[in-house]
Amino acid sequence: MNLHLKVWRQKDAKSPGQLVPIEARNIPEDASFLEMLDIVNDDLTVKGEEPIAFDHDCREGICGTCSLSINGLPHGPSETTTCQLYMRKFKDGETIHVEPFRAKTFPVVRDLIVDRSAFDRIQQAGGFITARAGSAQDANCLPVPKVAADAAMEAAACIGCGACVAACPNASAMLFVGAKVSHLALLPQGQAERTSRALKMVRTMDEEGFGNCSNYLECEAVCPADIPASVIARLNREYTVASCKDAVC
Amino acid sequence: MNSISSYLSSSIGRKWIVALTGLGLFGFVVGHLIGNLQVFLGPEPLNRYALFLQSLGELLWVIRLGLLAMVVAHIVFTIKLRMENRAARPVGYAVTNRRAATFPARMMTLSGLMVLCFIIFHLLHFTAHKIDPSFAHMTDAMGRHDVYRMLILGFQSKAASTFYIVAVGLLAMHLNHGIGSLFQTLGLNSAKLRPLWEKGGVALSWLIFLGYASIPVAVLTGVLKL
Ligand code: HEM
Ligand code: FES
Repeated sequence: MNLHLKVWRQKDAKSPGQLVPIEARNIPEDASFLEMLDIVNDDLTVKGEEPIAFDHDCREGICGTCSLSINGLPHGPSETTTCQLYMRKFKDGETIHVEPFRAKTFPVVRDLIVDRSAFDRIQQAGGFITARAGSAQDANCLPVPKVAADAAMEAAACIGCGACVAACPNASAMLFVGAKVSHLALLPQGQAERTSRALKMVRTMDEEGFGNCSNYLECEAVCPADIPASVIARLNREYTVASCKDAVC
Repeated sequence: MNSISSYLSSSIGRKWIVALTGLGLFGFVVGHLIGNLQVFLGPEPLNRYALFLQSLGELLWVIRLGLLAMVVAHIVFTIKLRMENRAARPVGYAVTNRRAATFPARMMTLSGLMVLCFIIFHLLHFTAHKIDPSFAHMTDAMGRHDVYRMLILGFQSKAASTFYIVAVGLLAMHLNHGIGSLFQTLGLNSAKLRPLWEKGGVALSWLIFLGYASIPVAVLTGVLKL
């Protein structure tokens, strides 16, 4: 199939960028979106032009490195990551807009690559447990109710791709932070740092400059890992309870 | 003190203030509706109710100032949030495609500001009697302020009635998103409760619209008359 791409080209973080029309020719329907870009890049290289820079790594939907806003939807029209999006989802001759994820907190590095290290800094602020290193204890010493285990697992599925921020009209990171805080707040191992974790992660999220949640739920609708918006409700609760504890104790 | 001020300057703390003041104002909207619907019981109960409210004296002022404080806090915090939200995406998309955000959700600032204009007009109209000064001097047979007469005469004007119907429509639209949203903000939501708040919120917002709009409609159609 042949497609008319409109791709955001930007030399580096400081240069202005623009949408540039690029033709994608002879694309197999079974190519993934990233493979389609690979083919286009081969063509560009042969012509002596700069290939399009884009992020990718595992190409199997688990690492969260791929991004792109495709026709106005982060990760495009399927409910997967961009690497798992196949060209059969598009029509021959279609025009496809390819833009980087947009947020003040995700500055463009080059073309379609954005710097998502703000997420790393939020994680480093408290998205972990300070576990005792050494031999693992007997699993039966830590009973976890099935309901909590399921909800924690659901939240832990977040791959940190940033599609939630990219889709949110406010560029809010509440779904990401909600998933990370929920995951550990639901498990016994996460209890010791439960209060400080909520406080530190939300503080870092705010300092980075993400927007606030208006409950539009666009994040949930595009999340390739199916993180539910209930993690945002839990984050609202966890943070408020943590602030009360912090004020009293 | 320090933790309170850092809570109030956090994204979540500010949104809680919006939700709590929204909940308070929503409570007022429901109470005010129930009070107003007494118009369908005739002049006697309505005028008695109005006199009862007036007889609260200083307490009425406590309530009024409380409502004013809620409106002010609600607006100050939403404006702050909206400004931060705008700053969070300095460069927009050439193409956007929305999957979830409802029309009322996207119109919150606009519907809120229109409601604010309406509140000001409404107070000038039926509380301060500045639009039609004769409203101030209407008394019934028992010497009470004749609120029933004021309502009927007020709504017999097609322009005023239409304006009120549109305004309560906008209020209902604000609450169409607002009611469900506030439970999510306050953390009182879960996969189990979500359908209740979402569907219940939409249903309640429609009831509020129908309830409030019924009064000018009843006057215009002659169901309610002097
Ligand atoms: C009777 C008057 C009002 C009532 C009952 C009311 C109620 C509510 C409720 C329940 C919410 C949802 C809170 C949440 O999402 O957690 C809300 C949000 C909001 N209100 Fe109001 N409101 C009123 C007046 C106003 C006014 C006058 C404005 C003017 C600016 C306004 C602007 C907003 C905005 C912008 C939001 C969304 C905030 C966000 O999600 O970021 N409201 N309101
Ligand atoms: S490249 Fe790893 S999730 Fe897409």
